[in-house]
Amino acid sequence: MTAFGEEQLARLIRALPPVPEGWVRAAQELPFVQPELDEIVARAEADAAFRERLVADLEAALEAEGYERSPAVVAALRLRFKAK
Amino acid sequence: MASTLSDRELVSRCRAGDQQAWNELVERFSRYVYAISVQAFRLSESDAEDVFQEVFARAYQHLDKLRDDAAVRPWLAQLTRRLCIDRLRSSARERPVADEELLAGSEETVALLDDALTIHEALAATPEHCREILDRFFARDESYKTIGEALDLPSGTIASRISRCLARLRELLEGRSDADPPSGGR
Repeated sequence: MTAFGEEQLARLIRALPPVPEGWVRAAQELPFVQPELDEIVARAEADAAFRERLVADLEAALEAEGYERSPAVVAALRLRFKAK
Repeated sequence: MASTLSDRELVSRCRAGDQQAWNELVERFSRYVYAISVQAFRLSESDAEDVFQEVFARAYQHLDKLRDDAAVRPWLAQLTRRLCIDRLRSSARERPVADEELLAGSEETVALLDDALTIHEALAATPEHCREILDRFFARDESYKTIGEALDLPSGTIASRISRCLARLRELLEGRSDADPPSGGR
């Protein structure tokens, strides 16, 4: 690596600002929520009405069915079903 | 944050199911992935969040497909680029857009972010008080007053501490110029 001047160091530290609150924790929780995710996805594939409810209002559908609404689950399902 | 594990070791532990290692991998690369989305591809915060979660979801699922554990950084960068392009393409439905057009200018920014990540990794090896003050001032854009209150320091001493810590970081980088960086993929 080439030598860095202090101004350049400052610029490079500044180039990586913190990630918004909650994003990191949601990504870290992925391994824990994978079994629940798999179950919800399998159910949505087998049950069209459940899938429609997920797409229409994801968090309300999860709550109504008694699933935990952790940020990781919600984010992964939003991606999967393009849900609201 | 101040882990000494190389990327290779970290990936190997993640693959073995070590939850702590996964937490650290996400922490180590989170700013990099986020910055690629918002700086190189100028995604909105909402699109960047979707890309961020999908990058780590895919990384977790496909970690066993990574051929060289030390190359996790370029692998994540490539995954992020691809997902950003997909996102931009889906929002430009009125006309087809070539990858080259979507990539225009992003390579230079990603190269800068690569250097930035190397600096942040070096920063993780500095004493905690340096890490804290430099991150707060430069990356979090906090004022002297805010930093002083958070770290219980007189504001008049902040500038000199920042200067000393930058000098320390610089020495550290010069000292390890011949050694493998933590992200030893390059």
